[in-house]
Amino acid sequence: MVANTKIGLLPGKEAIQAKGWLKAHKWLILRRLSQITILGLFIISPWIAKETEIWLIKGNLASSLVLDILPLTDPYVLIQSLFAGTIPIFTGILGAFIVALFYFLIGGRVYCSWVCPINIVTDIAAWLRSQLKLKGGTQINKNTRFWVLGFTLLLALITGTIAWELINPVSMVFRGAIFGMGLAWGVIIAIFILDFIVSRRVWCGSICPVGTFYSLLGKQSILRVNAHQREQCDDCMDCFLVCPEQQVIKTPLNGASKGFHSFIDSSQCTNCGRCIDVCAEDVFRFETRIPFKKNTIQNLDNKHLEN
Amino acid sequence: MDKKRRKFVGDSLKTASAVGLGSLVMGLYARQSRAIAAQAIRPPGALVEDDFLGACVRCGLCVRDCPWDTLKLAQLGDFVALGTPYFTARKTPCEMCEDIPCVVACPTGALDHRLANINDARMGLAVVIDEEGCIAFQGLRCEVCFNVCPVQGKAITIDTMSNTRTGMHAKFIPVVHSSDCTGCGKCEQACIVDGESAIKIMPIKLAASGGSPHYRMGWEEKEKAGKSLVAPDAEHKYNLPEGLEYDHAGKGLIKKGLIKNKETLNDPVNKLRQPKKSNSSPFSSNPLDTLNQKGGL
Ligand code: SF4
Ligand code: SF4
Ligand code: SF4
Ligand code: SF4
Ligand code: SF4
Repeated sequence: MVANTKIGLLPGKEAIQAKGWLKAHKWLILRRLSQITILGLFIISPWIAKETEIWLIKGNLASSLVLDILPLTDPYVLIQSLFAGTIPIFTGILGAFIVALFYFLIGGRVYCSWVCPINIVTDIAAWLRSQLKLKGGTQINKNTRFWVLGFTLLLALITGTIAWELINPVSMVFRGAIFGMGLAWGVIIAIFILDFIVSRRVWCGSICPVGTFYSLLGKQSILRVNAHQREQCDDCMDCFLVCPEQQVIKTPLNGASKGFHSFIDSSQCTNCGRCIDVCAEDVFRFETRIPFKKNTIQNLDNKHLEN
Repeated sequence: MDKKRRKFVGDSLKTASAVGLGSLVMGLYARQSRAIAAQAIRPPGALVEDDFLGACVRCGLCVRDCPWDTLKLAQLGDFVALGTPYFTARKTPCEMCEDIPCVVACPTGALDHRLANINDARMGLAVVIDEEGCIAFQGLRCEVCFNVCPVQGKAITIDTMSNTRTGMHAKFIPVVHSSDCTGCGKCEQACIVDGESAIKIMPIKLAASGGSPHYRMGWEEKEKAGKSLVAPDAEHKYNLPEGLEYDHAGKGLIKKGLIKNKETLNDPVNKLRQPKKSNSSPFSSNPLDTLNQKGGL
């Protein structure tokens, strides 16, 4: 089939034909399972504890205790607390260290696509947009998120409180699902409207400082998506269309001639694996990479140079 | 290149000012949420509100470990800073667990782990806020709050006060002492009035005044010095017109001899408070006694 005839088809159709529905949704399904399981465990743990006295997990993403022994703390909220002028006790610091190490190794924005509940909302908005073939909208500079991140820390410093937590939709919704929503439903709807009406992937792609913090944390991660068979690519653009951070794909996928290696290096890649799913040609796969190597001409992946 | 750079700088400035503006609004909102809601009764050991809002990560571990389901995390739309733990004493007060599990659970120190004795907790301060509602102030015997208080006899005492309506009875009114009240809210929960309680727990910052350090209490100074600081320490005298006396039951200045039963018409509270006579002074320490003695002055 010639590449161009596919344009206009919904992204992923080709892959479903080639690999079957299940394989063309493998990572999406695993991701949703992960997101729902994590939230679900927090929700059902109190019930289980009532019957068995065993606490699987207690608390919420901000800080939790697994099996009454392993402390986990969100490093971003802890850093805000530091900026607000408080030194947390050892448990909190240890928990944040464990979480930070985890994301440092497997990719910071794994938090986004495998844990964050808002991701489900923004994914649905983006999916609806593509189904309805909505284009355009008000673009918001993708660097805005770094400013937002900076200002959340500055605000903590100035107000002496963890100010961002007063409106953070991520924690609001996650905590809400466990401890009681209140009016947090409104926030879900607001983000959906933002992403569906204003423009594609605005919240996660341009604004959210949580994802931005984790992207910085995972800059050197070992787990990455590799366009290992990029020579098979038939330019159908499906991966590009489904990717929540489209800009990250171009260089590794098409940069062979310029000498760029095929790992998706950008820390904005959420390791969601959707590109792997929708590619009928199996160009992508998860791989481990030696960290600390930048995608520059100096660090060439020789195999691809030869191609 | 120069054009590109200029565009970059321009874009960045735009973004920065937009985000800055948003942050300003956010900052004002944060300041406003720092204003202490009267409903925000924090768990035991909570740092002072400003520090608490910088330390609490809103994880709810304290909520989970409270065996009495006392604590809640504030939801969007509540009056308390979003996500922070608090309790509503009228519904579920703090039972003052000896091992203070909520504090032990806190991973950040927003609940101070140095709190070892729950009696040292200061979650808030009880205030008899509706004297018109409290039946003790109407002269009825109640003392329910006094009886349920876990810091019994210390955090709430019952003081007597003259019942000016009858002129011959005492009111037994609850008085809270900040030296011992933990703010647990048991009294607020138990108060017998309908609806909102007549005695309420409030954040200490709202409940307690700054005091009056510039005033010296003469009697305290006297005790400290061991003697009167004003010399001579004159007893107070009533210089009533001849043939008149004072009826404390409410009639005021009346002709001598009209008061029938002088004993019961005495102020009972003053009687209770009267120190045991120890000296042989011809004057009673209570000038009213002198006043009401047969023959008077
Ligand atoms: S960018 Fe923010 S809201 Fe979006 S998935 Fe990541 S953490 Fe969640
Ligand atoms: S002291 Fe006990 S009852 Fe009071 S808030 Fe803590 S855990 Fe709950
Ligand atoms: S356990 Fe500590 S940090 Fe967590 S919600 Fe309670 S007070 Fe806040
Ligand atoms: S809140 Fe009420 S019951 Fe609790 S210690 Fe204070 S006076 Fe006593
Ligand atoms: S329980 Fe209520 S009505 Fe009774 S004495 Fe206490 S405050 Fe007054």
